[in-house]
Amino acid sequence: MRTREGAALHIRDLRHGYADHTALKLDALDLQAGEQLVVLGPSGCGKTTLLHAIAGLLQPTQGHIQVGCQTLSALKPAALDRFRGRHFGIVFQRLHLLPALNIRQNLLLAQRLARMPQDPMAVLEMLASLGIAELAHARPASLSQGQRQRVAIARALIHQPSIVLADEPTSSLDDDNADRAMTLLREHARSCAASLLVVTHDQRMRGAFERELLLEAPA
Amino acid sequence: MTWLRLSWANLWHNPLSTLVNAMLMALGTASIILLLLAGEQFARVVARDAQGIDLVVGAKGSPLQLVLSSVYHADIPTGNISLDAASHWANDRRVARAIPLSLGDSYHGFRIVGTSSDYADLYHAELAHGRFWSAPLEAVVGAAVAREAGLAPDSLFSGAHGLGSGTQTHDAHAYRVVGVLQATGSVLDRLILTSLDSVWELHDHASPHHDEHEDRHEITAMLLSYASPMAALSLPREINAAANVQAAAPAFELARLLNLVGLGLDGLRAFAAILLITAGFSIFAALYGALQARRYDLAMLRCLGASRPELMLSLLLEGLLLTTLGVALGFALGHGAMAALATWLEASRGIVISGGIWLAQEFVLLVGLLGMGLLAAALPAWQAYRNDVASTLTGQH
Repeated sequence: MRTREGAALHIRDLRHGYADHTALKLDALDLQAGEQLVVLGPSGCGKTTLLHAIAGLLQPTQGHIQVGCQTLSALKPAALDRFRGRHFGIVFQRLHLLPALNIRQNLLLAQRLARMPQDPMAVLEMLASLGIAELAHARPASLSQGQRQRVAIARALIHQPSIVLADEPTSSLDDDNADRAMTLLREHARSCAASLLVVTHDQRMRGAFERELLLEAPA
Repeated sequence: MTWLRLSWANLWHNPLSTLVNAMLMALGTASIILLLLAGEQFARVVARDAQGIDLVVGAKGSPLQLVLSSVYHADIPTGNISLDAASHWANDRRVARAIPLSLGDSYHGFRIVGTSSDYADLYHAELAHGRFWSAPLEAVVGAAVAREAGLAPDSLFSGAHGLGSGTQTHDAHAYRVVGVLQATGSVLDRLILTSLDSVWELHDHASPHHDEHEDRHEITAMLLSYASPMAALSLPREINAAANVQAAAPAFELARLLNLVGLGLDGLRAFAAILLITAGFSIFAALYGALQARRYDLAMLRCLGASRPELMLSLLLEGLLLTTLGVALGFALGHGAMAALATWLEASRGIVISGGIWLAQEFVLLVGLLGMGLLAAALPAWQAYRNDVASTLTGQH
């Protein structure tokens, strides 16, 4: 089901619309395994809709999305949830770490939801590689924004996904923090051999990636 | 991490709300448990003390007072009747057994009862030490009397006139303890038994104008057992038609009493039920509020791979955990309170009940309460199921 060779993501003729307007129009997109891509565009061009469609969080009006060898529309809801958990790591602008759990538990839960064996050692190694091993037993509320950002990255990568999706990961950060967060995300995605797809309107990301896609607001 | 752990962590993320809800549930549960245990055991204690007594014959007055005073030794007697009048009914062929009781004196608050040894047989009481009386002013004491008043075979004590303590004593005529009964868990444990002659002798000497004639002897009451159930149809009516005595059936009087008490118990039960329903709504409100606050967290869980049924399950689990916590506390509290009450009742009233028994109704209550917890969580769980991830996440941008 999972291929490291060839296209990690394969999109054709993607359209999503609401009653009176088209929210997203993308004719073709291919992302190779390990490749990193930034999707830029103004508000309302359908960036978030694209990300949600790729993650199977919404069913596009039309089009074909294939992740590895799997066509998303062929999956039943529960199977789609499992597929998402296993193959995607997602980072949002707001991080949504579960406040009732400590950092270690947040990561163990991500492993659990990815239907992987829960591996406390792997969790500690991941936290150590992001320089926050000492925060394993802290609650998200006691962390700084930068520390939380690292935890969110750790959570998106702990189950070794094939694709990491990031929605405006840097928009609320100042230049220094934005740079640092993006560098961490890119390095760790690379070290996990995951493809990375970032959608953002943050113009600071322009020119930072080897591949850029400019998404136009659909007519 | 498991869903159970997550639900547990979510509960304790908001400890005040969790504790308040659990306490509310616990208080309601404990009230119901206490009422169940007390009601059940009260009825049993009451029935046990009246076992084998079909009819009480005594002085005219309140039939309930007659039963309370001569069966439970919990009220003052209605008066005395002549032994002759009582014996007339005791010898009736419809009566299988008749036990005379003569009350009037006490020792340290324990009633001295002039009676026959049949009275001990009525409660299947065995002697722990010594023997039954064979002469006047010999006494056999119940287990609680022996323990609390410190009486043992060969102890001497003087009865006080009246049924309370601290009144005039018959110092000149001391009783001698000749036997101690084993504990029966009945009213007998707190009585001092002696022969009718002892009581008569004491009061004949005590009263300045006593009559020498035997037939002027009086007793307080006569406890009758029917030879056949058919006696219930005619005997009470015939006795009540007589001039100086009345007959009261403990079963009937108790049913009347329990009926009155029952009204009060119903009120308490309704109150406890309202408490439980409030707890149910409160759990619902807590889960629903938490759900609104956690919509993004739930959406994030879906992004991490959780399915809709799993989110629903986690909310149901949270409701069930909270309810279980409250119900477990409530059961402990209810049984604990009953045990405390039992200790006090046994020490002060000799009523032997227990907090350690388990009633079938409690199982029904347990299932019902857990069901209520699930019900309270059902709507929040359904909302969690329906929560749309994409619109929740974008609604925030």
